[in-house]
Amino acid sequence: MANLKDIRKRISSVKSTQQITKAMKMVAASKLKKAQDGVVQARPYAAKMSDVLASLAVRVKPGKHPLLQRREEKKVELLVITSDRGLCGGFNSNVIKAADLFIREKQGTCDGVVMSVVGRKARDYYRRRNWAFKNEELNPGAATFSQAEAIARPIIDRYVDGEVDAVYVAYTEFRSAMTQNIVVKRLLPLEPKALAPDEVPVEYLYEPSEDALLADIIPRYIYTQLFSMLLESVASEHGSRMTAMDSATNNANEMTAKLTLLYNRARQAAITTELMEIVSGAEALN
Amino acid sequence: MESDKIRLEIASPYRQVLDVEVDEVIAPGEEGQFGVLPGHTPFLATVSVGQLIYRQGNQLKYVAVSHGYAEVEYHRVIVLLDAAELPHEIDVERAEKARMRAEGRLAEMGHEDRYYFEELAALDRAMNRIAIAKIK
Repeated sequence: MANLKDIRKRISSVKSTQQITKAMKMVAASKLKKAQDGVVQARPYAAKMSDVLASLAVRVKPGKHPLLQRREEKKVELLVITSDRGLCGGFNSNVIKAADLFIREKQGTCDGVVMSVVGRKARDYYRRRNWAFKNEELNPGAATFSQAEAIARPIIDRYVDGEVDAVYVAYTEFRSAMTQNIVVKRLLPLEPKALAPDEVPVEYLYEPSEDALLADIIPRYIYTQLFSMLLESVASEHGSRMTAMDSATNNANEMTAKLTLLYNRARQAAITTELMEIVSGAEALN
Repeated sequence: MESDKIRLEIASPYRQVLDVEVDEVIAPGEEGQFGVLPGHTPFLATVSVGQLIYRQGNQLKYVAVSHGYAEVEYHRVIVLLDAAELPHEIDVERAEKARMRAEGRLAEMGHEDRYYFEELAALDRAMNRIAIAKIK
């Protein structure tokens, strides 16, 4: 039978762990709320941006802008978006798993893969595996538009210069607090939404010129896309952490119950033995 | 949709700023202001820092806008901006501070300074905010 004191110690340690996980769950829940609002509020802009781009893209000749041109995929860049901090269930490892799979696949069909990372977790993982990064960005938790711009700009440059022929992003798409999808999406070259078959493109006036507008709007569209990816990743991180911490708290509850039972049993056994000793001692005296 | 109205939608990356039915929109295009009435020919224009005005009946309303795009369809105007603020959202105190800061810096640097135009743009935005907050 386990030592009473040891069990007591375990119980209190489990309880204090539970306090931490409970607090983390609450914090994650409130952060999730904020991040979720961010995702929802950013949607109209992103949706309209892609509408505008779509209506623009059907009117211009393909090849008018380098970011619309498709090339044979010889060199591919992969951007992996994770979080800086752990303790969020399978959030980071799932993204990295998907990224690894993608890399293996592409290494079979292309000349090479280059990497960029967002978030400490991805950076540490791939650095341990001796990858060099084209870009690395930490602290994705704050997810601002200018951050998205800062990440996207060098990527666009590399694509335009022909250093890479396609850019993919591995990140977590936010569905709800409970469900998140890991996706690997192509960022470049762009694939504007096609018009519905019954839609007829209307003639357009441009101010300033079509070319100037295109040159201005396409990079912005990419920033917007990346920005919403960052937002979704952040929301997913908090959602994932909340669920993970919730189940950790529940597990701790179960554990305490089990240990308490064990403790009571041990205590009971100790009392019984003691009683027996007293009784037999008394008997021996008689 | 009613044929004599325009649906005006303004969005910035962080939120949807406005989604209303209006009678007329006047926006600060990069190459000059342009007005849009219902049934306007579709076009796409860049918008620069300034005041976007929209009319509902005979009431004029103002929005502080910065760089972005306006897509005009027959009965819809979509404006996508880096930032947009409604008059009551503007923090005048903050704008005043930004104006003073920009003015102070501009006074110290010459035209050839590489941040000169950035500061000038910052001053522009601050003045624009203050002006719009005052209209209300």
